[in-house]
Formats: sequence, C-alpha cells, structure tokens
Amino acid sequence: MTRTLLALAAATLVAADWAEFRGPGGRGISPEVGLPAEWSPTENVAWKIDLPGRGLSAPAVVGRKLFLTSNSGMAQHRLHALAYDALTGKKLWERQFSTTGQTLCHPKTCMAAPTPVAGGGLVYFLFATNDLVATDTDGNVAWVRSLALDYPLATNHVGRAASPVLYKDVLIVPNENQGTSLLLGLDAKSGATRWSVERPLENNWTTPVIAEFSGKPAVLVQATKSLAAYDPITGKSLWSVEYDGLTTIPSPVVADGLVITAGQGAVALRPKADGPPEEVWKSSKLSSGTASPVVYDGKVYSLRRDVLVCCSLADGKVIEEVRVKGPFSASPVAADGKLYLVSEEGIATIVKLGGAKPELLGTGDLKLKSGGEGAEQDKALATPAVAGGSIYLRTDKSLYCLRAAGKRS
Amino acid sequence: MRSASLLTLFLASAGFAADLDALVRRVKAVGPEGAGNRDAAAAWKELSQLDGTSLVPLLKAFDGASGIAANYLRSAVDAVVEHDRVLKKPLPTDALKAFLTDRKNDARARRIAYELIVAADPKATAMLPTFLDDPSLELRYEAVQTAFDATKALPKDSAPAKTELRKLLSASRDKDQAEAIVRELDARGEKVDTVAHFGFLTHWTIAGPFDNTNGKAYTTAFPPDQGVDFKATYTGKGGRNFGWKPLTTSDKMGVVNLNLLYPRPNAPAAAKEPLGEKNVVAFGYTEVVVPEARPAELRAASATALVLYLNGARVFGRESYHQSFDVDSYIAPVTLKKGRNTILFKVVQNDGQASWMQNWQFQLRITDALGAPVPLTQIKPEDFGKETP
Repeated sequence: MTRTLLALAAATLVAADWAEFRGPGGRGISPEVGLPAEWSPTENVAWKIDLPGRGLSAPAVVGRKLFLTSNSGMAQHRLHALAYDALTGKKLWERQFSTTGQTLCHPKTCMAAPTPVAGGGLVYFLFATNDLVATDTDGNVAWVRSLALDYPLATNHVGRAASPVLYKDVLIVPNENQGTSLLLGLDAKSGATRWSVERPLENNWTTPVIAEFSGKPAVLVQATKSLAAYDPITGKSLWSVEYDGLTTIPSPVVADGLVITAGQGAVALRPKADGPPEEVWKSSKLSSGTASPVVYDGKVYSLRRDVLVCCSLADGKVIEEVRVKGPFSASPVAADGKLYLVSEEGIATIVKLGGAKPELLGTGDLKLKSGGEGAEQDKALATPAVAGGSIYLRTDKSLYCLRAAGKRS
Repeated sequence: MRSASLLTLFLASAGFAADLDALVRRVKAVGPEGAGNRDAAAAWKELSQLDGTSLVPLLKAFDGASGIAANYLRSAVDAVVEHDRVLKKPLPTDALKAFLTDRKNDARARRIAYELIVAADPKATAMLPTFLDDPSLELRYEAVQTAFDATKALPKDSAPAKTELRKLLSASRDKDQAEAIVRELDARGEKVDTVAHFGFLTHWTIAGPFDNTNGKAYTTAFPPDQGVDFKATYTGKGGRNFGWKPLTTSDKMGVVNLNLLYPRPNAPAAAKEPLGEKNVVAFGYTEVVVPEARPAELRAASATALVLYLNGARVFGRESYHQSFDVDSYIAPVTLKKGRNTILFKVVQNDGQASWMQNWQFQLRITDALGAPVPLTQIKPEDFGKETP
C-alpha cells in the first residue's frame, strides 16, 4: 500500500526544481501550489530526518533528489555531501571529505553554509573552507577543487557563506575576501578555471544572481557600495554602478527586467543592452539586514529587522509595513500566493499575498526551543526550498519536509 | 586442480593490486587549479566499483596523498562501503583493525578505518582509550572527549576525577577541548597554568607605534623589518621617538594587548574595552633556545595584519583586518635551528572605526605538527641579544 502511494506520489511530482540558493534565478519564488499554510511538530510534517553534524546551507532539489551539505567532527574538519529522496527522506548516498582550508568562524555559522547548486546532471557542493566538489546525482565524484590551496589568502575568520551559481557549462564561484578576492568561472565539467575576475578586497557573503537583460546574460555581484555585472561565459565586465547603502550580506534580486539591490535601502535598476543601467527608483525604507528581498506579483518584500516591508515594484513606494516574529537569517520565499518567513528560532510567519496588502495567514512552529532545560538549542538559519509540492526546511541539526496533509507531493 | 585454482587466484589478486595501484596513481596525480581532475574522476569511478576487499588497499593509498587526492580516495571508500552495504557484504573488520593499529599508516585513513569498524560493531568504541596519545588528531580528540564526558559525571570532590582531567588535558591537542577541560578543573578547584600548557611565549620587547596613516604599513619595510637593533631610536606616528621596551605579559593566554601599550588619546571613558591608536604598527621581538634543530610550527593569533620573521627571514604574512582573535589562527611550518632562535612579530592596525574593529593584540606559541608545545627555553628580555646561555 505504502509503495503504491509512493509510486503515485512520485508520478505526480511537479517538475519545479529548486536547484540553487533561493531557487530558480535566485528569486526566492516557486510555481508550486497546494503548499501548507501552517504547521507544527505534528501537523503537515511529511518527514523529518536528523542530519550529521550541523549546517545552515539550504537544500537543492532536482526531481526527486534533494542535495544538502553539513559538517561535523573535531574543529569542523569533516565535510558531508548528502543526497536524499525528496519524497520520503530516505538517504540515497553520502560522500565525506576533509577540509583543506581553515575552519575558524563566528559560532553562529559553520563550514556548511554555502548552498549546493545542481544542473546539467551534476551537483556542486561548496564549503566555507573553500573546498569544492562536483558529483553526479548518483554520488559519483566528477571533480574536486581546493580553492583554499589555490588561493591561500581567500579566507576569513567570520565564516564564508556565498553560494555558487551555474550558467550553462560555467560554474560561477564567489570568493571575495580581504586577502584575495575573486569571482571565478569554472568549467562545470572539469573544474578547471575558465576565467577569474578580481573583486574588491573585502569579505562578501552575497550570492551572485544570473539573469538575462535584452537577451544578454549577466552575472550580478553586489558588494559594499557597488553592483557589478559580468558576462558569465567570459567574465568580461559589462557594467558597474555605485550606491551608498549596498552591503555584503543580502543578495540582490531580479524581476521584470529590474535589479533590486539589497542593504540599507534599495535601488531599482533597469539594465540596458549597452552601457550602465538606468535608475528607476530608490527607496530608503526597503532595507534588508541578513535576508534577501523577494519580488512576487508586482510587489517587493524585504525584512528590515523584524518588519516586513512591502513596496510597489513599479515605483518603490511603501504599500505596507507589518511587524513579524524575528530575528531572521533565512531569506523569505514566495509560492502559492503565500510568503514564508522563517525566524532563527524556527517560527514561520506565513503571509497571504495577492491582495492589495499582505495579510497574516498562519504560523508554523517546529518547537525548536522545546528540548527542555539544558538541551542544545536547534536553530533555523537556512532559506527554505520549495519543490515537489513541499517546503524543505533545514535547521542546524535536522531537515523537515513540510507538506499539506493529504497531499502526496 | 587445486594448484591451478590457487594460481588463478594469485594471478587475479596480483592483477587486482596492479589495477588498483594504477588507479590510485591517477588519483594522486591531481594538482592545483583542477589539474588532472578528468583522469582522476575516471579512475575514481573504477575505484568506487570495487568491493570491500579493496578497502584496506584504498586506505593504504592515503599515504603521501595530497588533500585533494585524499578527498577523492575517502569518497571512493564511501562508495565502496555503500554498495557493499546494499549487498549485505560484511566489512573486512580484521584487516581494518590491523590497519588501524599500525600507527605508521596515514592518520586520515586510520580514522576512516576506525569509523568503519565501529559502524560494523558499535562495541569497538572500547578501543578509544588506546588513542589518547595517537598521532591521528581525530582519534585522539574522540578518545579525550569520551573520557572527559565520563569524568565530568564524577562528583566534584573526586580526587581520581581531578587526576583523570589532568591526564586528559595533557593528551588533548584541540584548543576548544583543552579549554573545556581547564574550565572543568577550575570548577573543581584545580588551577591550570594555561601559558605552560599551551606553550605561549610571554617574554617580549616591543617597538611602536610606527605610522600606518597611508594604509601601506603591511608592505612597508620599517627599520625592524630590516633588522632589530635594541639600541635604536625610531621616529613613529606623529613624530614620536621611541625605542624597544621590554614586556612580559601576565595574560593567562599569553596575549600581548597593544591597545594597552598604545592607548588612544581622548578615548571615551565609557569604552567597554581599552581603545588603542589607529593606523599604527608595532613590533614584538623574542628569543627561544632549543637543544637541537627541529621542525616546528609558529602558531599565531592576530585580528589584524601580521608578519612573522624567524631568525631574520620572513616565514608568514597575512594582510587582513578585523578577523577573529583565536588561538592558532595562523600556522607557519618552520625549522628551528639548534640554540638561540629570534622571532619578530609585526602587527598592523588600520583605521576601522566600528566597535568590532578595535582588537589590536597578538599571541604566539611554538608547537610540533600535532599542536604540542615544543620543549624550549624562552629568553627573558634583559638577555635578548646575548650569547646562548
């Protein structure tokens, strides 16, 4: 019976992958429908698994396979590349590696911070140690790089977290630090360096975003006071603009031909076929702390501390500000007419979208704080992934599949 | 017939070994910048399809493998174990135990062998106490941690617990673990000389503040960069003249806080931490004596840019600012010469104004490759520059 249900569920899986940090195009939105509007430890949790060690990377989901990283052991020296059946939570395979880079970091983060990216039959696992491994979806190792040995000064003691992104057969790896600062374009099949661009000498946690403007692809990288665009195939600089308020933690987002920057305030830019982008609007209210903004149905949403700010994508004017339960490290994700905001304590605020203003719809609390006195506190810093009719929420120690009761996939 | 079968087995076995060796050589040929990845991945695919009888040869192949090659090999071991598990084949635990027991084998591979043995038989953790002095840091860490967790449960006034904690502290090579044991001993009324335990160097002579207003001090050769002269007078930031001043830190972790030596003029009285000057450089100089030439590691901490010189030669440098300040943040493998060795520590502070940009201090110890302090004599400042006693 169970097998029959699983087979039925597998057959009805929606082909909406979530294969990178913040899903397709780094936009934080998914076409999935029928997603839960609330959950608890006993409600709408299809499965939960304990993970080896800890981590705050997000899952990448391709078809029925979910890929994730974690780290464990003495001084975080053990790195885990993991694959699970997205439908059942069954572990499919695990590959372990040892760090070749340093592991010092702020206690809030760890070496499993960057999110894997999948595409072209391969999965790319980057760790904060600058160890980078490509496997196929069955766990066969395709290549291994130690960017730590290649670039010994490309490190920081706070903890690196920017995730790689993929454009066709080029894996783009952000590697921006005080000692050595590079944006790398690697051959996705062999790991060899195709191009390398020098970047500002500063620690940068933003993840690049790939988008097309006027039919031309660009990889966008935000840093302190600057947003730069490069050709993802060659690494050639396309344009760069400077604005006060741009920061090195939240990532920009692209929607409807506009780039929305993130940081203290926001700027909407419209890239042109040639030359620098046109400024469309600026907003001092649309700020982002750690979480990155998301655009859904003509509105921009950002988390300014514990306030959800909703602005018009057309002109940047504030539509509504709603106080929500934070603090937040995870970026919001939107799907099925809902916006999911997950606090560091694992308490989700689910907001109904589509109306004139956002409305609070429900909450999800996995009771991460209920371990009892003296219990080590679990926390939720990873951005959720949305795929196959489910929300995948990774906490420091566990992975949850949240699925509406009665919904198979 | 029996002889023919044995011969076939022998030849097959010899062929297997030759094949495996060839595959391992292709994996070990990987280099920097992704060199050799295509061939290594093809070899990995074949290695990963071997069965459990290949595990020990695969683990032996770790000997001399680079970090990148070792990661190919360790993931091949994962794949071999995974498909044998599906086939319900038993692991070759006796051979793995023999491999584990031989401390000459690669430390990384011995740890993997241990984990495979324990996965097959959880009771095998009983061998952990034999790893308290193991050259594998991971094995040693778990041995110490397991014993530490058990000892913590003993009554606070237990004399055997204190003895055991002292033993575990001596065995530990992990900074966080050692600090946890020190805290447990302290809670039991036992004081630990952390300077002696970690081997921090405490005797220094300091010169500063040199000027970094142009932000180029890390790459600028100041007079001490070119040679230490204890009698020299230097002109530093703001035209101030200064020479070398002896300093012996009493900090329990051997930290030299330069903010205390060079306080910021007109610093707010309400500042939580002592604030030091900005855009400045200071040098710390010390001397140690070792009985014989030997390999060692200079293990340094600095939140800001630093340069290390050993016997006048630059051995390490890192230009980064406002990092964390942690024991062993930077490790420089060196060779100490017999007798007196001189060490110069350059510490550069920039103009960062945020509260988390104020740390300007340094710490240094000299260890072996596993992190144990090298037996040495540290010279006191009044004897710097004199003949080896």
